Amino acid sequence: MLKVSAVNLLLVGVLLLNLFMLGTSRIRALIQAAALQGVLLGVIPLLIHQHSERNAGLIAIATVLLKGTVIPRMLRRALREAQIKREIEPLIGFVPTMLLGALGTLLSIAFASELPLEPQHRELLIVPASFATVVTGFLLLTTRIKAITQAIGYLVLENGIFIFGMLLVDAMPFLVEIGVLLDLFVGIFVVSIIIHHINREFASLDTRRLASLKE
Amino acid sequence: MNQVLLLALIAWPVLAAAVAAAIASDRRRPDVLPVAAAGHLALTLVAISPPSPSSLGGWLALDPPGRLVLLLLSVLFAICAIYAVGYLRYRRELSNRVFVPCLLGFLGMTTLVVCSQHLGLMWVAVEASTLTTAPLIYFNRTPRSIEATWKYLLVGSVGIALALLGSFVLAYASLGEDSSLLFVDLLRRADHMNRSWLHVAFVLLLVGYGTKMGLAPMHTWKPDAYGEAPGVVGALLAGGLTNCAFLALVRVFHICQAAGEGAYASRLLVVFGLLSIAVAAVFMVGQRDFKRMLAYSSVEHMGILVLGMGLGGFGIFASLLHMLNNGLAKGVLFLSAANIHRAFGSKSVDDVRGAMRRVPLSGTLFLFGFFAITGSPPFGPFVSEFLIVSRAFAADRFLVGGGTLLLLLLVFVGMGRTILPMVQGLPSPEAQRTTYQDGLLTGLPVLLSMALVLLLGLHIPSPLEALLRDAAAYLEMIP
Repeated sequence: MLKVSAVNLLLVGVLLLNLFMLGTSRIRALIQAAALQGVLLGVIPLLIHQHSERNAGLIAIATVLLKGTVIPRMLRRALREAQIKREIEPLIGFVPTMLLGALGTLLSIAFASELPLEPQHRELLIVPASFATVVTGFLLLTTRIKAITQAIGYLVLENGIFIFGMLLVDAMPFLVEIGVLLDLFVGIFVVSIIIHHINREFASLDTRRLASLKE
Repeated sequence: MNQVLLLALIAWPVLAAAVAAAIASDRRRPDVLPVAAAGHLALTLVAISPPSPSSLGGWLALDPPGRLVLLLLSVLFAICAIYAVGYLRYRRELSNRVFVPCLLGFLGMTTLVVCSQHLGLMWVAVEASTLTTAPLIYFNRTPRSIEATWKYLLVGSVGIALALLGSFVLAYASLGEDSSLLFVDLLRRADHMNRSWLHVAFVLLLVGYGTKMGLAPMHTWKPDAYGEAPGVVGALLAGGLTNCAFLALVRVFHICQAAGEGAYASRLLVVFGLLSIAVAAVFMVGQRDFKRMLAYSSVEHMGILVLGMGLGGFGIFASLLHMLNNGLAKGVLFLSAANIHRAFGSKSVDDVRGAMRRVPLSGTLFLFGFFAITGSPPFGPFVSEFLIVSRAFAADRFLVGGGTLLLLLLVFVGMGRTILPMVQGLPSPEAQRTTYQDGLLTGLPVLLSMALVLLLGLHIPSPLEALLRDAAAYLEMIP
């Protein structure tokens, strides 16, 4: 019982971070929030595991390292090179996106309660938290104009999917989990290189300038 | 031998990529490509003939549809590898230090997709193949190619992320005693799956892998990426990568059918198929950029593939045949279009006139490729498209069949109005003249590809027919 409430408490933390990320205008704060969310995600599976294994510990360490330090560091470096501090004028304002995020969270809770869950998962907030985080990622991806904020949006989207994966901790093989993390790492790496080139070529990370290709 | 064959098939291109990365000379590096392609093709021919190889406890194996995709991938890569050597000679001003290893990495990762018999591993491989192709699209280093790469990465990654969520949901649907994510186990346990979760999973996987295939309305990255990437990359994406995503989707569709939810999944496939053909037809009419036009043609044919799959029955056989036809015809079109692009220094229809005079081989092959891809006899796509449409009529779905015919006609007219003026007549005097002439390395692979498309239309060799029948029977069988 104690385990369940601890997991739910951490998941509520994830949900609050979602709203914070939608509301903040400073990219540095956004990166920090995404990093903190990554650390929370690394810890939660340890609490869920029925029977703890060596592999679970390894995955937790890999997740915390990657999502909590390595990726935020890469993003911060890209930010420093591009010399931008804040996301000025998003496509939709910060308060409206926060409200949309809150609405998305409520809808996720409603939708999740419709789906049939295994008995041991009924009390956990995993499914609503997962869907709400995916929605947050989508909002960041679509309503922000800086390339780097969009990359963070993708990261948050992936966090949401990672949360869903916690339902499968006992079924998902170690190799696949490591593979997913590795893909994420390489993905963000490639993205940060492209961000570097966008900045050099367009002297800005404003993706609205990426608009010469259209019908 | 049987145990390590698939491992070797995947490791060989990856090893070749490492070798290519270690070679310091831009001149010599491309020579790795044909060697790697030849080795891969030889291993493929061994792997697709019985006995069926399998390794890593069933994680890697070749199912019958996988054999077909592997064969197509390997043949297409061999054609593109020869072409790439010729192409890179014309692009000496750009370093191919990233390009060549990424091409080989692409081959390795797509082979891994085909051989993966595990839902999670297959996802990892699809994502990895996306990442290896991003630098390929960015080869020209122009602002436009950065834009295309960014859109490709962003749209592709979001799509593939949804496919991961879909894979997780599918795994949850089949959760139970001794469950695993191997396709054999998923198929075996399919009738115990939870229906609601399965529905959610199929939608997510269809949208996710559909994005990678470029089904409308998730196709937005396609015209940009194919328009800006070198033609050889366009050929590999349109004929190779999209078919790998199709294979992933087909495997999930098979699980749905085994679970007794075939009707639900088929309906979605038919809707997405028709929508893709319709969207492509609309955007193809009046398209002024011929590489973008080919991208919409790819959207159209991905639509035809899922349509055939969704119609079931002999539509499945037709869809698999069409996958081969389309893959090879896309090779012809993208490579000859790239030659024309190079000869005229422009990919706008307004600047290109009389391509058959200036580059006779490429111009002629581009014209034949157009006839082939729009389903004119005697080329391969005619047979497969004819079968798909007749399947619709045979299943009493007259609206679907009639609508498809009408849209195919619209595509024919739209593409024809763009392509015919390009190849006919005389080059206008003010049109830019470049030094490019069709050579052995940039001409022969296109000709070879065209010959295969023609062969598939005239006579399907019996070993290939056996492969096709096996694959169709496998997908119709419900364990």
